[in-house]
Amino acid sequence: MAFLKGDTKGQVQKELEGLSGKVKLVLFTQKQDCQYCRESRMLLEGVASLSDKITLEGHDFKGEANVVQEYKVDRAPAIAVVGTKDTGIRFYGVPAGHEFVSLLDAIRMTSVGDSGLSQQSRELVKQLTVPVHIQVFITLGCPYCPKAVTMGHKLALESDGIVSDMVEASEFPQLASKYNVFAVPKVVINEKIQFEGALPEPNFVQHVMKAK
Amino acid sequence: MSQGNIGVVLPDYQLATERVADEGKVYELIIIGGGPAGLTAGVYAARKRMDVLLLTQDIGGQVMLTGEIENYMGYERITGEELIARFKEQLSHQEITVQEESRVASITRGGKVFIAYTDEGYSYRARTVIIASGKRSRPLDVPGEERLVGRGVSYCAVCDAPLFAGRDVAVVGGGNSGLTAAIDLIKIANKVYVVSAHSSLPGDPVLVEQVEQTPQVDIFVFCDVQEVLGRERVTGIRIRSRQEEEERTLPVQGVFVEKGFLPNSELAQDIVKLSEDHEIIIDLGCRTSVPGIFAAGDVTTVPEKQIIISAGEGAKAALSAYNYLITTS
Ligand SMILES: Cc1cc2nc3c(=O)[nH]c(=O)nc-3n(C[C@H](O)[C@H](O)[C@H](O)COP(=O)(O)OP(=O)(O)OC[C@H]3O[C@@H](n4cnc5c(N)ncnc54)[C@H](O)[C@@H]3O)c2cc1C
Repeated sequence: MAFLKGDTKGQVQKELEGLSGKVKLVLFTQKQDCQYCRESRMLLEGVASLSDKITLEGHDFKGEANVVQEYKVDRAPAIAVVGTKDTGIRFYGVPAGHEFVSLLDAIRMTSVGDSGLSQQSRELVKQLTVPVHIQVFITLGCPYCPKAVTMGHKLALESDGIVSDMVEASEFPQLASKYNVFAVPKVVINEKIQFEGALPEPNFVQHVMKAK
Repeated sequence: MSQGNIGVVLPDYQLATERVADEGKVYELIIIGGGPAGLTAGVYAARKRMDVLLLTQDIGGQVMLTGEIENYMGYERITGEELIARFKEQLSHQEITVQEESRVASITRGGKVFIAYTDEGYSYRARTVIIASGKRSRPLDVPGEERLVGRGVSYCAVCDAPLFAGRDVAVVGGGNSGLTAAIDLIKIANKVYVVSAHSSLPGDPVLVEQVEQTPQVDIFVFCDVQEVLGRERVTGIRIRSRQEEEERTLPVQGVFVEKGFLPNSELAQDIVKLSEDHEIIIDLGCRTSVPGIFAAGDVTTVPEKQIIISAGEGAKAALSAYNYLITTS
């Protein structure tokens, strides 16, 4: 299935013109038990072909334990976004549909090395004393979800102590049911803190700060 | 949603959180709403060289919740996102200030200008206003609903349907949006109940036939939902038949509310006249009860709520505002 064809390709290429620094997309796939591994690879190949700033590095989730360990991914398909260092930005499941916007956002902010967060949010996350793991559950048809995904990713880029995952709920139903995901976006922070909806930046950050 | 449907939605970049609107000046026109009505009004007003500020919570409105559209002229079929991307593209070639993530709470009059106050605490002034704030889902208004929002009660079928794979669900409402939700859910869920208060399903016959012919679907007409059951999450709904006055419980884990809509007219209720259904009353020129305030699209008394109709109404409202400005200055 071709994701990026003619018209779309041109538009994406335009979106990627402003990239400055290099971005590496580290993709983990597996042959079996994976709904969208093939689609993830095709999508990322398409995106990487549109800019010389983007490289794609593919790994077998089942066979390459050392890289899996390095990026601490625990299922496939997974994407880690790496700039001058690992950003902590993760995608679990294919970032297609509405989430394609989140993928481009992650690439862009990693490339320019700026999360775009407000000064106030930046100051706040500096006060975090514990590692933070944000999981944002989404579906591909949800128009409100990319806002929440990108908010998590901005925080991951901003702080070395934060890892933030997009989790596509239909690829990982067990995980979705573990966290009782019945509406998206649903955000889970360090297991305990949970909320639904795409909150504005200050409210989102407030929830993250409860982790410390 | 279904596996064959994977594609990508393209981004639109105008950094949404950026503040571009100017509190210090008096605009010629403030448009409230970024759906088909508001965006079309924006294009028309800008082409009349009016100084326009468009305030909106989002760009696209209900169209972003629509899958395929097959009745907007010029496109045999187009997705909601694509249509809005094209609307935006057209608007981007015009001189107009667009402030997203801005929710107008109220409008008042201050001398010769109108003032729009936003939830975020900003206020903007203009000589004319077009209200194009559309409508939103009507809640069930029964016990249990509020407590179980996000725990099985959903108002966004395109968002949440995939979360109910293999489960039993109910769709409340037998109009087009209810039937479309049911058709989406058939591919995913185990069993789908459709509950309608009408004596037969009121949606388009093509959709009704499709739903009726699916063996996984059970239809309950002439029934009202009495309660959503469950503590931590939905375990069922209690429905009551109007005819037999008899109650029964449907064991479901999901409830999709598709009971029609409520106009987003609260921001205007203290300044313009509303109908009994809380729609803003307008005349053929989209004029409200207050000279200088116009309204367009789904938030108004215009009969039929459709994209093409809202777009046309938006155009009319902009031209009416323009004519009002030249005749009053
Ligand atoms: C699931 C679904 C499927 C549909 N399918 C079709 C179809 O196939 N064909 C068709 O023609 N029509 C369809 N419709 C109807 C169509 O979407 C609407 O008629 C149309 O979008 C109305 O446009 P509007 O601009 O009047 O309002 P809306 O689209 O509701 O837009 C309102 C705008 O106002 C903003 N807003 C609301 N309140 C405020 C506030 N207080 N301050 C600032 N901004 C505010 C919102 O963010 C939004 O941008 C469908 C609707 C739904 C829900």
